[in-house]
Amino acid sequence: MSGVMSEWWTYRAEDFLLFSPRVYWRLIELHNQALWPWQLLALLLGVLILASMLRPRPWSDRLIAALLAAAWVFVAWNFLWQHYATINWAMVYVVPLFVLQALLLVGIGTLKGDLSMPARWSIPRILGIALFLHALLLHPLLPAYAGRSISTAEVFGIFPDPLAIATLGMLTAAIPRHRAWPLLVIPGLWCLLSWLTLDTMEVRGAWVPLLAVVAAIAGRLWPRAR
Amino acid sequence: MHSHGKLSRRTVLQGMLLAAAASALPPLDTLAQEEKPGTRPIPSTGERLPAVGLGSWITFNVGNDPVLLAECTAVMEHFFQGGGRMIDSSPMYGSSQATIGHGLRQLGAVDQVFSTDKVWTSDADSGPAQIEESRAEWGVPRFDLLQVHNLVAWQAHLKTLFEMKEAGEVRYVGITTSHGRRHDRFERIMRNEPLDFVQLTYNVVDREAEQRLLPLARERGIGVIVNRPFQQGRLTERLASEPLPAWAEEVGAESWAQFILKFIISHPAVTCAIPATTRVDHVRENMAAIGPPLPDDAMRQRMAAYVRDL
Repeated sequence: MSGVMSEWWTYRAEDFLLFSPRVYWRLIELHNQALWPWQLLALLLGVLILASMLRPRPWSDRLIAALLAAAWVFVAWNFLWQHYATINWAMVYVVPLFVLQALLLVGIGTLKGDLSMPARWSIPRILGIALFLHALLLHPLLPAYAGRSISTAEVFGIFPDPLAIATLGMLTAAIPRHRAWPLLVIPGLWCLLSWLTLDTMEVRGAWVPLLAVVAAIAGRLWPRAR
Repeated sequence: MHSHGKLSRRTVLQGMLLAAAASALPPLDTLAQEEKPGTRPIPSTGERLPAVGLGSWITFNVGNDPVLLAECTAVMEHFFQGGGRMIDSSPMYGSSQATIGHGLRQLGAVDQVFSTDKVWTSDADSGPAQIEESRAEWGVPRFDLLQVHNLVAWQAHLKTLFEMKEAGEVRYVGITTSHGRRHDRFERIMRNEPLDFVQLTYNVVDREAEQRLLPLARERGIGVIVNRPFQQGRLTERLASEPLPAWAEEVGAESWAQFILKFIISHPAVTCAIPATTRVDHVRENMAAIGPPLPDDAMRQRMAAYVRDL
């Protein structure tokens, strides 16, 4: 047992990275090329969700959960399974978790209608909308900050990082908070995995998914207004 | 100037000397097998292998990207042109096996490669199925060498591999480790199992294998494949800012990569080092390192001390 424990201490994050940064970013780039111009539709759906978060309607809460669930299934099948899994066999184990996240969103958010977007401003709502705004508008611009081609932009609804951050944003703003907690687990874990991957590849801005998790947890733990 | 049809005394003497020398030499086919520069014998059979092979960890995991697949094929092409034969992979390495298979098909090089792969699953029963999947990815009729990757479920997998060898479904059997891990267990298996090969990490700074494993490999007649010769590029990157010592030319090293490779393959227990690369210029540089001159033991100590003191 002690041998096993001492052996684990000898591993470093890069020992688990199966591919080079060049291969990873070319995968993103080729995926963008293959899907263009569907990124625009994905962005439009994201804008629809954001508008529904800002001005909730009686029907919009269930719609938000349904759209996000559809995005989790699409990203799991189209990106993780068909493309990312070709260079990262661990994605075979991640895909079922993405499908589970979609089922949770549909079950709790769409069918039961247990997640609501608050109309009043609060710290969790501000943090949640900020996270969603980042996922929708700023995250695709990260390549410019990281010194990469914009063709490696990761767009909401197409790639897992902005989808997970957007979902964290929705769940940070949602009420009641105890209904949101179970749905935070999978997007939170994905963001941590992504942070480790990007950090191991020494990508500038690797901290973004980690910061999203911290912001979501802070928002959910923020004391209720009296 | 001699005219045709006339023999001078010098010519006759030269002919006699050549005839005498030729009678002392082994037949030509044996000569080609035994003395081809840069090759090493596999201890269990005497079959000779070029001392530099090609790894595929990370470098060949390129998915379906056509540009990167073509680059890997070019690396393989220059590897074979440089006299290389052993290519090593594992089911753990993402799409690397499929990339190798793609390259072999493109180059028509199935007969040239010394195919080296691994079995890597904790489920002992699924070992044969995994090996068959790997073989299909490579597109080879059978593997030359199969190894138990990182000693995962090694008892069951070794049993499978020895049975396959007995049935002629694989030519050689081995075990692997890396990063200096599990050397105690590795040593026990080396002592007790009839292995053809072991694969381990060894280079000019990671020298723990010199203490027990390399001498044991010589004693037991086990071939040694050396992985991570450049510490996945970290070692050569670190040394890049340092000048090669002037005496590096005495061992024929024109770069740090050649300096390190010559250090590794000059160890008498080492059969083959398997650097991985995505670059044609690097594979050519690596293959050029297999030729003479190679350092003797005193020079090897000097090389290690020089790098240690940088």
